[in-house]
Amino acid sequence: MVLTGAEIVIRCLQEEKVEFIFGYPGGSVLHLYDELFKQDKIKHILVRHEQAAVHAADAYSRSSQKIGVCMVTSGPGVTNAVTGIATAYTDSIPMVVLSGQVPTSYIGQDAFQECDTVGITRPCVKHNFLVKDVRDLAPTIKKAFYLAKTGRPGPVLVDIPKDLGVDKCEFEYPKTVSIRSYNPVTKGHSGQIKKAVQLLLEAKRPLIYAGGGIILSDTAEKLTKLAHLLEVPVTNTLMGLGGFPATDKQSVGMLGMHGTYEANMSMQHADVLLAIGARFDDRVIGNPENFGSIPRKIIHVDIDPSSIAKRVKVDVPIVGNLNDVLDELIAQVHASEGKIDPKALAAWWKDIDVWREKKSLKYKMGSEIIMPQYVVEKLYEVTGGEAIVTSDVGQHQMWAAQYYKFDKPRRWLNSGGLGTMGFGLPAAMGACFANPNTPVACVTGEGSIQMNIQELSTCKQFRLPVKIVNLNNRYLGMVRQWQEMFYGNRYAESYVDALPDFVKLAEAYGHVGIQITSPSDVEPALREAFVKHKNELVFLDFLTDPTANVFPMVAAGKGLSEMILAEDL
Amino acid sequence: MRHLISILLENEAGALARVSGLFSARGYNIESLTVAPTEDPSMSRMTIVSSGSDDIIEQITKQLNKLIDVIKVVDLSEAAHVERELMLIKVRATGKDRDEMKRMSDIFRGRIIDVTDATYLVELTGDTAKLDAFINAIDKDLILETVRTGVCGIGRGDRILKA
Ligand SMILES: Cc1ncc(C[n+]2csc(CCOP(=O)(O)OP(=O)(O)O)c2C)c(N)n1
Repeated sequence: MVLTGAEIVIRCLQEEKVEFIFGYPGGSVLHLYDELFKQDKIKHILVRHEQAAVHAADAYSRSSQKIGVCMVTSGPGVTNAVTGIATAYTDSIPMVVLSGQVPTSYIGQDAFQECDTVGITRPCVKHNFLVKDVRDLAPTIKKAFYLAKTGRPGPVLVDIPKDLGVDKCEFEYPKTVSIRSYNPVTKGHSGQIKKAVQLLLEAKRPLIYAGGGIILSDTAEKLTKLAHLLEVPVTNTLMGLGGFPATDKQSVGMLGMHGTYEANMSMQHADVLLAIGARFDDRVIGNPENFGSIPRKIIHVDIDPSSIAKRVKVDVPIVGNLNDVLDELIAQVHASEGKIDPKALAAWWKDIDVWREKKSLKYKMGSEIIMPQYVVEKLYEVTGGEAIVTSDVGQHQMWAAQYYKFDKPRRWLNSGGLGTMGFGLPAAMGACFANPNTPVACVTGEGSIQMNIQELSTCKQFRLPVKIVNLNNRYLGMVRQWQEMFYGNRYAESYVDALPDFVKLAEAYGHVGIQITSPSDVEPALREAFVKHKNELVFLDFLTDPTANVFPMVAAGKGLSEMILAEDL
Repeated sequence: MRHLISILLENEAGALARVSGLFSARGYNIESLTVAPTEDPSMSRMTIVSSGSDDIIEQITKQLNKLIDVIKVVDLSEAAHVERELMLIKVRATGKDRDEMKRMSDIFRGRIIDVTDATYLVELTGDTAKLDAFINAIDKDLILETVRTGVCGIGRGDRILKA
């Protein structure tokens, strides 16, 4: 059947079972929008800023097993989208971005709204394409979806010049893709897996360190099974929260810069470390020299060979798809005669219990002023731990990660790698579309929420019942914390003056706004939001202690065991 | 340590930029880079001379392999290989320098491919060290212009890089 390029694009998306496109129109994509208008299979979600379209598509992916799709116009549409694309790239989120481009014959002539989209996005996509011939559209879109979700996932961008929208050709959606230069490894090497199992069974102080790869590969259950089989402690990274149940007795919580005392101490004292879907990030292991100086054996499982031995030396590298590798690890543990020495394991758990006794997450709470940690604890209680929680970047993000106990994967959505303020609200929108029956909360700060506050309008248009939990400390709190700790209390530009009245602002957008100033009102307000206003967006503006800091803390460049605890101060 | 990295990649618009962008973004160094299509015009063969610790070179090859347009990568310096570079060097050749230049060119098995009253254009091939040696052997003041292709390399015997 002969179709126009614009028809082809929409048909391809339908073939990929795309339900939603998050986007914003403009000159170069008008043909595509015209085709969207003529059909009703795919719903377009009009955001108020392209960055939000990308974050929403990204969170749609993060909170489901589907691929988010977004569409932006050429020039400023693309440049606005870049932060979102880089955010998804850093966290390996599968996503397809369609961008309009000036007509083929104008490319390179500094045409109106022309930019080198492929060049600008090259370092922050898994791959990108500029399509120059209408006949290449369908195969390219097929490749884009395939690349986005296979191997180490990531965003893929397809740049489509305007004239291709009206050019015509025979349409057939390719059934298969083969890219000779792209053959992601799937199965891990059996010999290596055997070595890993041996090491684990001979360990005295074993630890599983699980990252975002567990979430991306949907292997939380397998990981849990392996951990239970071995009876060893598990720590999750910020990106891996929910990959192992936080309430499981084998969980030692999140590790890293703001990890629990027991997680970081376990990491430093383990003699055999099984790193799985994690990448030894600087915010996770602290100073790599200090980390590397501790004698231990490291087993590292990852789908991306370049993640292995990048920052730390590894004894048993295993490149492979976590699904297959975990299956085989479990099978081999079952099959082996050996068992971890129960005495050694008991002693290790005793050490961990001593570290747990430090209660590194405790905080002081009075009756006058709201502590931000308390708000997150209450949020957890009120939602029964069942909400999807999105976050921005700053102290509130860390408190959300520390105090909301994630038992399931794809419930915690945050920009862990790039650390993008402004992610939270649009991410909550994407999560709502992917999970219409799950409560969605956005834990944010008064700095971050203002970076994409315009999306309150999108939320109104599509009736998205997001609950915004604004931990309003009147400061760019994380910046203020560093200035207090490392810059002699010189609070350069971290106090945010002239904040809006968030209640009125929410109301202006047609939502419910509630300001909470007293600890005793925290829980009732949350209940009101999640029960009474279940189907509405509620902006909960909690005025919290402006001096509260996030603890424990490993200062940048320090070793993981050099934690500053709340009680030290 | 100096390494010779050989890459087989799709002969696509932008493939070169992906490779060079990777090197600059990750702070890897490039001493030279050569690229041209192979006997199969859908593929290009690139040779990059880089230097770094073993860990860095390992990361470079892994990161290159991650690029979608890259078909295969080998570090030629890991085993027996041949490397060649072409240099065109224009030198002043007057008076007694004229004979001397001819002699040097012969010693280095160069060819004089263009001649004027005052200049010779010498073509030289060899490994980097040989070309450097030629430059060092002649009087610096007589060099008018040089252009070098950068190194290309290939494994010896049955070490073959193919798709
Ligand atoms: C787009 C962007 N700009 C700047 C930063 C640097 N930054 C990290 S945390 C932070 C403060 C965030 O303040 P707020 O949202 O109020 O959260 P709080 O730390 O007070 O909880 C800033 C400015 C960033 N992460 N992202």
